[in-house]
Amino acid sequence: TLFRSVMMPVQRGESAARPGSYADLTPDWTHAEVSTGTTIMAVEFDGGVVIGADSRTTTGAYIANRVTDKLTPIHDRIYCCRSGSAADTQAIADAVAYQLGFHSIELDEPPLVHTAASLFKEMCYKYREDLTAGIIVAGWDSRKGGQVYSVPMGGMMVHQPFSIGGSGSSYIYGFVDSSYKKGMTKEECLTFTANAVALAMERDGSSGGVIRLAAITEGGVERKVILGNELPRFNIG
Amino acid sequence: MDITGDASEVRTGTTIIAVEFEGGVVMGSDSRVSAGESVVNRVFNKLSPLHERIYCALSGSAADAQAIVDMAQYQLEMHSMEVGAPPQVIAAANVVRNISYKHKEELSAHLMVAGWDRRKGGQVYGTLDGMLTRHQVCIGGSGSSYIYGYVDSAYKSRMSKEECLQFVTNALTLAMGRDGSSGGVVHLVTITKDGVEPKLILSNDLPQFYDNE
Repeated sequence: TLFRSVMMPVQRGESAARPGSYADLTPDWTHAEVSTGTTIMAVEFDGGVVIGADSRTTTGAYIANRVTDKLTPIHDRIYCCRSGSAADTQAIADAVAYQLGFHSIELDEPPLVHTAASLFKEMCYKYREDLTAGIIVAGWDSRKGGQVYSVPMGGMMVHQPFSIGGSGSSYIYGFVDSSYKKGMTKEECLTFTANAVALAMERDGSSGGVIRLAAITEGGVERKVILGNELPRFNIG
Repeated sequence: MDITGDASEVRTGTTIIAVEFEGGVVMGSDSRVSAGESVVNRVFNKLSPLHERIYCALSGSAADAQAIVDMAQYQLEMHSMEVGAPPQVIAAANVVRNISYKHKEELSAHLMVAGWDRRKGGQVYGTLDGMLTRHQVCIGGSGSSYIYGYVDSAYKSRMSKEECLQFVTNALTLAMGRDGSSGGVVHLVTITKDGVEPKLILSNDLPQFYDNE
């Protein structure tokens, strides 16, 4: 059986339980859409960016992949966080990585984060009717340092000091709005991101597993994983 | 309420929250009532008394919510007279829950019940979908999705009354900042053995949070 991997930021795969249907008698993953529910996040700091994501892919109630890597390299110091259809976002990321690599060779310079984001935007906007892709582009370049660009479904592009996305992000708007401060250090950003993703994973059934983090600076990319037993814990009963 | 020009039902989009503390409860709500894209009331108080020291917070369909409150107020008053004592909060919660459960297919309103009684002090009950669950913190309404993370991280057990008031105000402000169906002013109510203390916080007095600058 070929599953179409779909990360839906808002809707989860649903079975239509109509009277007379057998939807309730068979396990829901036999007829549910594959969905990587997702929580993704990126935060700028002076000197780079921190990006983070959960690691869950679901097919209805079945977790098809509990260690997914949703943080994808586009270039040496530019990553993207993917939410929406896994197939769509993988295809777009591959295409942009190719275009960016070519562009960088022609310029004989590392590419700008803004350029990578623009390439995502061009593709996501042109094919907006056919795509389900919510992407956060983040990285470091020598012109403007760390930058975060959000390219949500529909294909707009906006620069933000931090951005959250995916189905789990709804639950943490209040948390990030209250906790974000300008001028955080890299370590503070890592803690902020880990806490936010952990809170979302706690509340969103489609997000879970481990927290994958990466810090991108002039010096390179530093990847981290926070395993289940090391997740930040909160004391709500 | 006249909603000509827009056939959408009048809904209290809403963010509501109730917190227990030592000696009572603090409840809070926003004040927006919408009919489609219009705000038909921007100063509505969604905290409704069910009895002297028991309040409920309304969300969902405004008409359904008010109908439930009316029925619950009546039933609780009768119950209180028959028993010859102020009703327990759990009794009020059960009255609301039974109405919500019996008519769950027709109703689209959700109420949470909170108050103070002599037996168990401050209590908060959720009656979502006709369940009855006790909580230390209960949040509801469309705006509540956005503050699950905040509430999970900021709530500490054994907060004082003042800390609860600040916590509730912060949570409502954050939700109102992200939910289009929540907004206006913040209505608060503190219920203890000494009675009921309402409070109103106007928009310009709300705490400031990150706002995309």
